[in-house]
Amino acid sequence: MARYAMAIDTKRCVGCTDCVVACQTENNVPVGYCRDWIVEETTGTYPELHMEIRSERCNHCEDAPCVRSCPTSASHYADGGIVLVDHDECIGCKACITSCPYDARFVHPEGYVDKCTFCIHRVKEGKDPACVSVCPTHAMIFGDLEDENSEISEALKTRKHKTLIPEAGTVPHVYYLL
Amino acid sequence: MSQQLKRREFIKISGAGVGGMMAGSGLLQAVDFSNPQTDSEELIERKGTERTATYCEMCFWKCAGWVYKKDGKPWKIVGHAEDPNSNGRFCPRGTGGIGAYTDKDRLKTPLIRVQKNGKQVFRKATWDEAFEYIARKMNIIKEEHGPDCIALFTHGSGGSYFKNLLRGFGSNNVAAPSYAQCRGPREEAYMLTYGEVVGSPERTDMQNSKCIVLLGSHLGENMHNGQVQEFVEAVAGGASVITVDPRFSTAASKSKYWLPIKPATDLALLLAWIHVIIYEELYDKEYVEQYTYGFEQLKASVKHNTPEWAYPITTIKPHLIRETAREMARYAPATLVHPGRHVTWYGDDTQRVRANAILNALLGSWGRRGGFYAPAKAKVKKPQIPDYPEFKRSWRDAFPGKYPLANLAISSGICDATIPTPERDCSFKGWIVYGTNLPLTLPQPEKTYEAIQNLDLLVAVDIMPSEITGWADVVLPECTYLERYDDLRISQGRVPTVALRAPAFKPKYDSKPAYWMDRELSKKLNLQHYFPHETMESYLNERLKSIGSSLEELQQIGVKRLDNLYSLYYLNGEDYTFATASGKIELYSTLLAEAGYDPIPKYKAHEEPPEGYYRLVYGRAPMHTFGRTINNPHLHDLKSENEVWINRKVAELWGIRDGEYIILENQDGKQSNRIKVKVTERIRHDTVYMVHGFGHTDKRMRRAYNKGADDNALISKVHVDPIMGGTGMRGNFVTFKREAA
Repeated sequence: MARYAMAIDTKRCVGCTDCVVACQTENNVPVGYCRDWIVEETTGTYPELHMEIRSERCNHCEDAPCVRSCPTSASHYADGGIVLVDHDECIGCKACITSCPYDARFVHPEGYVDKCTFCIHRVKEGKDPACVSVCPTHAMIFGDLEDENSEISEALKTRKHKTLIPEAGTVPHVYYLL
Repeated sequence: MSQQLKRREFIKISGAGVGGMMAGSGLLQAVDFSNPQTDSEELIERKGTERTATYCEMCFWKCAGWVYKKDGKPWKIVGHAEDPNSNGRFCPRGTGGIGAYTDKDRLKTPLIRVQKNGKQVFRKATWDEAFEYIARKMNIIKEEHGPDCIALFTHGSGGSYFKNLLRGFGSNNVAAPSYAQCRGPREEAYMLTYGEVVGSPERTDMQNSKCIVLLGSHLGENMHNGQVQEFVEAVAGGASVITVDPRFSTAASKSKYWLPIKPATDLALLLAWIHVIIYEELYDKEYVEQYTYGFEQLKASVKHNTPEWAYPITTIKPHLIRETAREMARYAPATLVHPGRHVTWYGDDTQRVRANAILNALLGSWGRRGGFYAPAKAKVKKPQIPDYPEFKRSWRDAFPGKYPLANLAISSGICDATIPTPERDCSFKGWIVYGTNLPLTLPQPEKTYEAIQNLDLLVAVDIMPSEITGWADVVLPECTYLERYDDLRISQGRVPTVALRAPAFKPKYDSKPAYWMDRELSKKLNLQHYFPHETMESYLNERLKSIGSSLEELQQIGVKRLDNLYSLYYLNGEDYTFATASGKIELYSTLLAEAGYDPIPKYKAHEEPPEGYYRLVYGRAPMHTFGRTINNPHLHDLKSENEVWINRKVAELWGIRDGEYIILENQDGKQSNRIKVKVTERIRHDTVYMVHGFGHTDKRMRRAYNKGADDNALISKVHVDPIMGGTGMRGNFVTFKREAA
């Protein structure tokens, strides 16, 4: 059984937003909405500054509050731990949106809740998600944590890393290499 | 503006008043954009292909890629794996290129300015009418003033056909704002020093650099694709980066050293670095001995430029100046002092970039691994056309005795020379403006407007109803790069390549490719012999045959890589004669000395902001190219307005809050559109910053209209580089005003 995950190298990311557009065109996300986005976080005071740039999205949590809170089971775990929303089952109640600590979900104009799918349609064909495949600075790694020789397993073994809001206890599967 | 100047009114393509005109006119049809003629998306089917080869036109980097369709609809554009400009990965603008095609605000039909009920309006015209009109006006100008009184301003692929037409017509006055408003000083400075230019894409060997020095180059925010990729590879590989910028840029955040220099003092820092490298004997002695000219003069000239001298000027502490100079020397020759790209800052830009070139020479990085490589370029013969007529006057005659070392036409100079003076025998009477939105591009926009009032003919060729189109007599709607063939992309790089742009979709509306426009126009001007090929297909096929290829092959493969017969690194002791007067790398410039300029750069202080004012600097955002992409639905979604960056302490002093809207007013009382404030630690207290390209005033660009502020409107003071005519645009100071209640 695979366990899919993503690692974003904050050293490489320049925050160009190519991942955002690539997701929009690949997945036909309507203009005005996005499944991934860029955060620039600056700490310190002039001139002693540090900046971390992150491409963020659904964390495909191991213990996902969105799945737990969904009254119709539209939000569910698919193969490899990818968290998905079944559009036909979704009644647009927004319980998942409220429960998500990462603000990763939105209501699609067609009425269902939408978010990052790790491009499962591409992953099934053995391809990287669209965001990963276009990233001009190779700042993203996608892969299987169960395979200890995968690029992502290697990166997490050798590089200092973190997840976002770990205290929420959701066990996120998007990692940030520091 | 005087009454007289209002002769040519700005036409908002359509808008208020159009309804009334439609009711009152049986003959003239007013432009109605509410009912586009057709908005269907017609894909060009080719047997067995799901994808079409293209190279991107969203910026000048021209990455090669593939356009994909799905279920008969445009889907996505991705990079071409064999393309060295992109390495298979596009930037957000390239990825969002589909939006250029789908944008419903595009120009849809040719337009001609007419007088109607005392008001100037555009009427829809046929292409034939538009060409008749242009040809008639061009011939009148030729007869009354000479053909060279028509100038072309150009940016982008299609400009080459207009250039061909204009040269055939008898005018060699072809100007690109990319010279005098951008990288001209860099190319001249490197030409003076090495006898060669840096060129584009830059011949920087960043992927092998161990130390990278950036002066105001905000790589990552300027998304010059391949270059940003190499920068990040170098950073990930542990390269030491030294970033000199009054702003904590993205690049600064990835640097070992951030030197928040006082703006306008970069030349002092460069001279201090040169001083340390010479007087601590850190320079590459063999390289300097073998390849350079004027070392002793340089040494004497920078004797007083100590780090202690530079400290009060630059505010960079002496020990940091020394430390960073030693850092550069430690990794030399794999140290790249990046030459920059947009370098028209303070009017002494050629001299500043000369200091940059000299520093690279002392480090021995030119022609060496990790510094600058020898660029390769494919040689693909162009089909023969007849010789052009002899040009009686050149753009130089418009400003006699000035800018002696300019090698290309100066757009701002041509603009100035359009305003008649008693001394000048030919002011420009006609402009053809291809793909460049002059009011947001040339500084001092009032001058541009004044020049426009003196024209007998203004033709604007564009995809979008950009501001310049509102001033034109004739507007020619070009189709997007996704709907047309263009000439081959032959860019410089480590490998010679040839890339094809083929149309993925049929042109929407009544838009047309520039090649077709010029060929049709040439018939009206009896110049068709300059356009012997009826179609681009036949032109491209003939061109490709000369390298044993064909259009068919390129349609299949998209990019053809050729062999590089020369080595990338050529100055490791090999004999070499440089194309300079001395045949050496000129630390001391004989040409500058002869022309009466400092042969070795000297620091001169620049004007400083008065009390309560801040120096305005501007830059780029990765998802936009100038003002050209702001209305693109995808890219507008990513960044719809710009912000003015204000240091936190300064904002507190003024009681300005993050996220509020203010007005900027410059030293001449010029005010900006309202702009959102970004209160940040990431900028010096004496400087404010904004991204260029926002603040559009044309309502027909419905997304971009009135969003953010235009820095260009605040650039009313220009410091012109006497050497080559570049327009220094960072000598303007702004203060903060509240919006009127």
